[in-house]
Amino acid sequence: MTPRDQAKRELESLTPVAGNGLLHRRAFLRGGATLAGAMSAYRLVPSASAQKLADDPWSLAPGAAVPDYGVRSRFEKNVVRTLSNPKAEPRTQHARTPHHLLNGTFTPNSLHFVISHAGDPDIDPEKHRLVIHGLVKQPLVFTLDTLARYPMVSRMAFVECGGNSAPMFSNEPIQASIQALHGLVSCSEWTGVPLSTLLDEAGIDPKGKWIVAEGGDAPHLSRSVPLTKALDDAMIALYQNGERVMPGNGYPMRLLLPGWEGNMNIKWVRRIQVTDQPGMTFYEARTYAPILPNGKAYRFYFIQEVKSFITHPSPGLALSGPGFYEISGIAYSGNGRISKVMVSADGGRSWAQAALQAPVHSKAFTRFRLPWRWDGGPALLQSRAWDEAGNMQPSRSELVAARGQTTKVPAVTAFTSQHYNAIQSWSIERGGEVRNVYA
Amino acid sequence: MSTRKSPALLIVVPLVLLASALFAQAPKLGKPISAADLSDWDINILPDGTGLPPGGGTPVDGARVYAAKCAVCHGPEGKGGANARLVGGEPIKNFESEKTIANFWPYSTTLFDYIRRAMPYRQPRSLTNEEVYALTAYILSLNKLIGEHDTMNAQTLPKVRMPNRDGFIVRFPDKTP
Repeated sequence: MTPRDQAKRELESLTPVAGNGLLHRRAFLRGGATLAGAMSAYRLVPSASAQKLADDPWSLAPGAAVPDYGVRSRFEKNVVRTLSNPKAEPRTQHARTPHHLLNGTFTPNSLHFVISHAGDPDIDPEKHRLVIHGLVKQPLVFTLDTLARYPMVSRMAFVECGGNSAPMFSNEPIQASIQALHGLVSCSEWTGVPLSTLLDEAGIDPKGKWIVAEGGDAPHLSRSVPLTKALDDAMIALYQNGERVMPGNGYPMRLLLPGWEGNMNIKWVRRIQVTDQPGMTFYEARTYAPILPNGKAYRFYFIQEVKSFITHPSPGLALSGPGFYEISGIAYSGNGRISKVMVSADGGRSWAQAALQAPVHSKAFTRFRLPWRWDGGPALLQSRAWDEAGNMQPSRSELVAARGQTTKVPAVTAFTSQHYNAIQSWSIERGGEVRNVYA
Repeated sequence: MSTRKSPALLIVVPLVLLASALFAQAPKLGKPISAADLSDWDINILPDGTGLPPGGGTPVDGARVYAAKCAVCHGPEGKGGANARLVGGEPIKNFESEKTIANFWPYSTTLFDYIRRAMPYRQPRSLTNEEVYALTAYILSLNKLIGEHDTMNAQTLPKVRMPNRDGFIVRFPDKTP
């Protein structure tokens, strides 16, 4: 018996810890590398069977010149964002992150989701200015060069559009990739100057209770932020995953409000006014005010609450046949660290605790993983997350009872409501296809 | 290899001390800016009217500006265009209801603020304050929220009571830590 066969038999003998083949979260760690090698890989196309190995052309001659700015392999060209408005017609543009084609916890800069309400401005960093004024002792203006001399901090943080997962408000499940359903959230390491440093330098008047932040883009997009958040963990971010913030994410600087609604994280930020009241700007007075079933609407729904979804497998990433797989996904909360993720393969009848990839950062993506033996039959995968503040991800029926659902199926791109964070259910069909279902 | 580690540790300790010493004294590199130098950017309007500039405009003035600069996207008289309609709207029932100025927007000042900062879509900040007042008056008048001869200015605009002013449940700070 080969080591691989032995490992496979050892794994097959493992007793599931929950229904439909969920294994203990440390089963592979106990079994070691050979056990992991017995897993079936996720494949978009069936692979060829084993054959005699030979050197391919790339092993028989020197390769290409090393570029000054790296680009991914030409074989990865399908790993792209989906665009809602590729011709930049005069309306909002959305670019969604392909979660099913990524792994780990950070989003590559080129694949970070973007929503731009009037395109991405082409800002000359030499001419960009950040002004702090209003209820302060001394209004101040900063250049990028001066900000670069301040003490900086780095932190991991997800940014999520308040309208992410809006298709899940549909009364019938919409069949679309996870990118279409949940692609308006991404996570990066952000580096910049704490906003509190700059506000302190300007000297906050005791009457100051809010800031109104504004971008240098064409709509001069503005949002109000409570001063408590501005003085807590807000940052003027200059770097994203080590390089300057991308144009779509606010080059040369953005306001970062860890865990709070994406739209408030003002991109291309150029002005911060300290005020005694919120501005009731267009985006807080109208757009990000989700209507409830009783006809009233929430105002100032700032926090992106605890949420998780399974990315592997998911619609767009089918299973290639019965056998062993790693179920994995991402969990995050605007209220702090993820404390626990449970996974079910039988629609919530039984649950197994997933392993959390360490380190677990506050208000950032946490990758969860759980080994699974798929027997080839129907399965219903779900994940449920908890955060350190004690919040539990709601079921869809709980969320719908509080927030409503549509009466007819909307377009997949429609933003019927916001702040959807309920449990996501994926149905595994006999052929390995994955469908979005309500369970 | 512990012998190679100890010199590195010796270097680290002074760097940490240096960093905290630098942090203690704020860099103070921000340059003071005067209200005059800031005036072109100082465009926030608050719901109590703070920030509204001098001047004013009427629905009649606004109709002319609207026809020239707005109707192409928003349709004649605020409806029937490719972009958001600006007039009418059934009462809000649930989130399938269309949010309009008349049935949803809680503050009239938002209209002035948003038109001035973001419109027209292809030429933002091209309107004069008088034109923004006039457009605001025209749209409020089309919605019958003011009379067709009412002038909108820094005194009158904040007093316009929007129908859905009390249609909101405020989550902050009650439901945030």
